[in-house]
Amino acid sequence: MREQSKPVISIRDLVVGFGEATVLDHLSLDVRAGEIMGVVGASGSGKSVLLRTIIGLLPKREGTIEVLGVDLDRASEDERRALERRWGVLFQQGALFSSLTVRQNVQFPMRENLELSSRLLDEMALAKLEMVGLTAADANKFPSELSGGMTKRAALARALALDPEIVFLDEPTSGLDPISAGDFDALIKTLQRTLGLTVFMVTHDLESLYTVCDRIAALADGRIVAVGPMSTMLECEHPWVRTYFQGKRGGMLTDRIGQLVTEAP
Amino acid sequence: MSDGSLLTAKFEDDRLVLAGGGSWTAAHAAELESLVDGVSRDATRARSVSIDMRGVREFDTFGAWLLERLARQWSAAGGASIVGLPEHDRHLLDEMSGVNREAAPAEAGGYWLLTALAAIGRGTTGVGRDLLGFANMFGAVGVAAVRLLTRPRDFRFTSAVHQLDRVCWQAVPIILLITFLIGGIIAQQGIFHFRKFGAELYAVDLVAILILREVGVLIVAIMVAGRSGSSYTAELGSMMMREEVDALRTMGFDPVEVLILPRVLVLIIALPVLTFLGSMAALYGGGLVAFLYGGMSPDIYIARLEDAISLTHFKVGMIKAPFMGLVIGLVACTEGLLVKGSAESLGLQTTASVVKSIFLVIVLDGMFAVFFASIGM
Repeated sequence: MREQSKPVISIRDLVVGFGEATVLDHLSLDVRAGEIMGVVGASGSGKSVLLRTIIGLLPKREGTIEVLGVDLDRASEDERRALERRWGVLFQQGALFSSLTVRQNVQFPMRENLELSSRLLDEMALAKLEMVGLTAADANKFPSELSGGMTKRAALARALALDPEIVFLDEPTSGLDPISAGDFDALIKTLQRTLGLTVFMVTHDLESLYTVCDRIAALADGRIVAVGPMSTMLECEHPWVRTYFQGKRGGMLTDRIGQLVTEAP
Repeated sequence: MSDGSLLTAKFEDDRLVLAGGGSWTAAHAAELESLVDGVSRDATRARSVSIDMRGVREFDTFGAWLLERLARQWSAAGGASIVGLPEHDRHLLDEMSGVNREAAPAEAGGYWLLTALAAIGRGTTGVGRDLLGFANMFGAVGVAAVRLLTRPRDFRFTSAVHQLDRVCWQAVPIILLITFLIGGIIAQQGIFHFRKFGAELYAVDLVAILILREVGVLIVAIMVAGRSGSSYTAELGSMMMREEVDALRTMGFDPVEVLILPRVLVLIIALPVLTFLGSMAALYGGGLVAFLYGGMSPDIYIARLEDAISLTHFKVGMIKAPFMGLVIGLVACTEGLLVKGSAESLGLQTTASVVKSIFLVIVLDGMFAVFFASIGM
């Protein structure tokens, strides 16, 4: 299950566009098993489009996407559904079902896909909620009663409901205060270690990139202009990547982290 | 490797030895749970327990939790010893050890009789609260209208024209079609039944008075409540959900003045216009049916119309129309502002808006009937 050789997600020559505009232009990217891959890019550069195309919410014009060894174009309906159970998605706004309680939200995928006793359903839902840092008292709340951070946590619990192998996170820390964002990053890192997850994360948050991501892919002009750990990003010559990591806000962090990166083997 | 069985149990004196095998994953969780429960039931006499996990090939949170649940059985008696679990799976098990320690708060239940009584009580107070809400909205709209009179430049003219286009102009085709058909149906029924008495000519009176006084305005009001009232509620409701209304308020605007007053005013203007057009279409439909079905020439139909109707009948219908527009607008906007965060609530309030405004329109029509009868119109 945890072999390192074959990439878990493999994208080749992906082209995606809307009408006249081409958003992703012959993009290729590999995500390895068990790593946290962070995708960065300017607003409107197509980060979210890339994520939504991989999980099949947007149609692509050209190229192939292979997830867990399954080519999404050739997969039959059943294979696709089986594959969708092996990944979990955390949407930017959480996308919790507003008419269900938090507990029912987490139980929803379990109830639909597994034949479990109601005792085990309740216990597993609470276990997942406690793993993401929510309490039993939160379980009976409705999504509209949750704060932003709690919504993200509840949505993460739902994404993890079926013990997926890959988790897609769309801007997991956006809209959170720095402390909550830091906690959330730590949570992702911990869960990734304990559950052996592969994490595909779209983010704007430099802190998250520094603290949790094993590798970073920079998206500009519709393609990946640099992939690698932080040190690669810092050495990259692409103008946008330079501005992003060496700019005013990036610079402060870079100074701090740059030392850590060079110290690390 | 015991591939066949997920969990096997055997006793060595008073020591229970359990061996796990296969996939302790979500897919096998149901099967595993019954095995775990079975072992827990049978094995209360065991003094100590050891669980050998070497045979387990796959392990996820579902397996980890069930293992934890199994181990907790003996936590008082010195605990179960778990051996042969790989390092990363051990982390997962540790993660589970803190979980589900406190009982989940029970969901509120109760006796059905009490619940039923409570529902009746809630329903009754709900009606009162609704009426209060409409009165409140009526007052707020009134205040906003008076305030606008002092500074008419602040009226949202563009917004009102836009709403008028949607509510009035775009509604014309469907209103014309439906009232045309209703007029035709009334004429057909009138001619069919009056023919028995040789009083076919009076079918024209029936059509004219019914349409102008009652049916024209009612049909139009019901159509508008379903078409525009529901869209007002949904619009304002989703603005509530996305905090747009709060944003307006913090910028120093009164949502009633900006959002609600133009909408209500537009309905007050639109309903008489649509009622007039609808009534004409219905009379035309009645005339067409009288010609095609009853063999009555258009000249006779028009002459009979002139005799049958007076300006009073026309006025009765037209006077009612703006009040119905007001009621529909108030109900739709009140319900819209009651929408809470969830999609379900939006649906509930939209339904409530249409049902309540149609109900109130009919009640209002009844009250007008009494009123006009007493003043002799």
